[in-house]
Amino acid sequence: MSTEIEAQGMAPGVNVHTRGTRGSYLIGLSYAVVLTLASFWASSTDVIYSPGVPILLGVLAIAQMGVHLVFFLHISSAPDQTNNILALAFGIFVVGLLVFGSMIIMAHLNHNMMPMNKLMQMQR
Amino acid sequence: MFGRLNWAAIPFDQPVVMIASGTVGFVIFCVLALVTIKGWWPYLWREWITSVDHKRIGVMYLLLALLMLVRGFSDAMLMRSQLALAAGHAQGYLPPEHYDQIFSAHGTIMIFFVAMPFVVGLMNFVLPLQLGVRDVAFPVLNSVSFWLTAAGVLLVNASLVVGEFARTGWLAYPPLSEVAYSPGVGVDYYLWSLQISGLGTLLSGINLLTTILKLRAPGMGYRQMPIFCWTALASNLLIVASFPILTATFAMLLLDRYCDFHFFTNDLGGNPMMYINLIWSWGHPEVYILILPAFGVFSEVVATFSGKPLFGRRSMVMATMAICVLSFLVWLHHFFTMGAGADVNGFFGIMTMIIAVPTGVKIFNWLFTLYGGRIRFTVPVYWAIGFMVTFVIGGMTGVLMAIPPADFVLHNSLFLIAHFHNVAIGGVVFGVMAGISYWFPKAFGFTLHERLGKAVFWCWFIGFYLAFMPLYVLGLMGATRRMQHYSNLHWQPLMLVALAGALLILLGIALTGVQLAVSIRQRERNRDVTGDPWNGRTLEWSTPSPPPAWNFSHLPQVDRPDAFWAMKQQRGGAQNRNVKRTYETIHVPRNNPTGFYLAFFAVLLGFSLIWRIWWGTGLGLLGAIVVCLMQAWRTDTEVEVPAEKVAAFERLHGPKESTV
Repeated sequence: MSTEIEAQGMAPGVNVHTRGTRGSYLIGLSYAVVLTLASFWASSTDVIYSPGVPILLGVLAIAQMGVHLVFFLHISSAPDQTNNILALAFGIFVVGLLVFGSMIIMAHLNHNMMPMNKLMQMQR
Repeated sequence: MFGRLNWAAIPFDQPVVMIASGTVGFVIFCVLALVTIKGWWPYLWREWITSVDHKRIGVMYLLLALLMLVRGFSDAMLMRSQLALAAGHAQGYLPPEHYDQIFSAHGTIMIFFVAMPFVVGLMNFVLPLQLGVRDVAFPVLNSVSFWLTAAGVLLVNASLVVGEFARTGWLAYPPLSEVAYSPGVGVDYYLWSLQISGLGTLLSGINLLTTILKLRAPGMGYRQMPIFCWTALASNLLIVASFPILTATFAMLLLDRYCDFHFFTNDLGGNPMMYINLIWSWGHPEVYILILPAFGVFSEVVATFSGKPLFGRRSMVMATMAICVLSFLVWLHHFFTMGAGADVNGFFGIMTMIIAVPTGVKIFNWLFTLYGGRIRFTVPVYWAIGFMVTFVIGGMTGVLMAIPPADFVLHNSLFLIAHFHNVAIGGVVFGVMAGISYWFPKAFGFTLHERLGKAVFWCWFIGFYLAFMPLYVLGLMGATRRMQHYSNLHWQPLMLVALAGALLILLGIALTGVQLAVSIRQRERNRDVTGDPWNGRTLEWSTPSPPPAWNFSHLPQVDRPDAFWAMKQQRGGAQNRNVKRTYETIHVPRNNPTGFYLAFFAVLLGFSLIWRIWWGTGLGLLGAIVVCLMQAWRTDTEVEVPAEKVAAFERLHGPKESTV
């Protein structure tokens, strides 16, 4: 596959088969717009039980990411997409590890240690 | 007009600095004068500075790393000699504020400007040749990456003469690196040079990753890919995943320093511990970015010089990829003592011990490859065996420190220093030295002087043990790192032994220079006319030495690992590597000065930001954008190599016609 692409003089990674059509881009755009508007609505509404609003915003944000991945970055489960799927999985793994790892570490640290500014004051 | 920059920035009152920078300046002046007098500028500009050929860029990376090795090692010599002297009432010759800059510069330079360019340079040179392709995925970007790294190098070295370097250690922990405690330009030099070269590293990571994933010889699936390519794949995945963390962390520290933010300050809700957490979640993968390609080099060297396929190829690949993932799960072991508590420390301690398992698998793979092989004891094999002995010791002290209670005793002691030098020298440096002597004939067309190469090996090998085994003992006796003076006179004999070891390594580095000079003088005697001086197994040895700009006149067909070995076994059969005698026109990328210009503006930008020269900042940024736009509008990006030229090259350098 790689040499075909090379022979055609195209940039590596460009795959003709998975490019979207105008229709699919429009569908993606409309999903994205709806999800964006829904987020703005959710942030200022009192229809929902208010502590649930952040959760709703999180769900909408994740859905937005999904829309972008599928309609604009053309991630699919097709067999020639294995690299992209694996790269995405690795990326999510690393980001998740960093975010949740840092949260756990800092929570434990704050639980065990005196806050830094108080410590510094004591040393004066 | 010039921000904070004035004549007081040049340390006229410090003789050590002035003599060092004067000497360096004189050498640079002499080199430039020689190039000008001999009229070599057009050649240098055409063949090297604007070259986008991955082989040339790889060689330039390696040269840069060798130069910076000299710089970083001179810092090491200063530290070792200071500590050999400064016992009891003696204070040595380096005042504390200068000593602080030296150990910070030593660590920064050795990791970012020696080990990284060494490893990236090797990958750059070898990958396309091993993958059987004509260049990396984005040749111009490759040149940009190199020149951005060079820009970072220039800024770090400018700090020697103009201003000062950071006094914060090689990772610039806050709150010490915040404006309140480091008001000078040292930390700014550190941050901007690493931001610029870090961008280069990230771009190079993306480039090489794309090359491995998307450009391989016809028929080369992942299962047929050479082991060095696998380790490079893992290493570049780690670069792409971890360098953005470094950039973001430094960006936050820069905001703290320049715009009065409070990410990592003590007051107003900042938390310095978060910096330590973030920097090590880059820092630990970085360790494996450096060591994995070295593992790849040893795999190639051991298999080639044993005359056998690598033992347990599949387990080697699995171990490499396991390390790639696990390396993101151990970062807290760098700050067990921060106080996150037993639960967190226990988890990360166990993960650290687990990551030793795939590394152990690799050691056994190499041992079993050597076992029963017809081993040729060449220089790369010396390095490989020296590595196995040394690295296992370093690995064991590492597992020892993975136990959190033990780490509470050893943290920030010289024991730790000995441990990471044990794996960094015994692993990365030995690996790079093996790689250089292994692939040198491929790059230049003649082999390096064998006996001098072995002398270099013995200097490094014995020198390493003399220099760092005493530090293990000193660490257990309570000596801490980054100490400029000690009062316990019982430490001095061991410090003197360490100095002797450093001197032996110095001899090794000097002998490397001698080896290069002698090899170049005797190049006709050691000419590699076959392209395959070691009876190699992978595709790079199927090309002439040095390979043409287009690497392969015909893209090779691959159906198994050790593809070139298989071709040689079937020589004369249908698989003969050059059965076809017709050639096609080949397109190679045209030379491009974009990288050089970008680096120029990056240096201007970085230097102006460091000294708060705002017009220079604007000029540098504007220049960089204009250069990028000009590159975007370039259309004439390729040169045609006509088929006749390819045919003529093959008649001259290619394999002789064999009877079919």
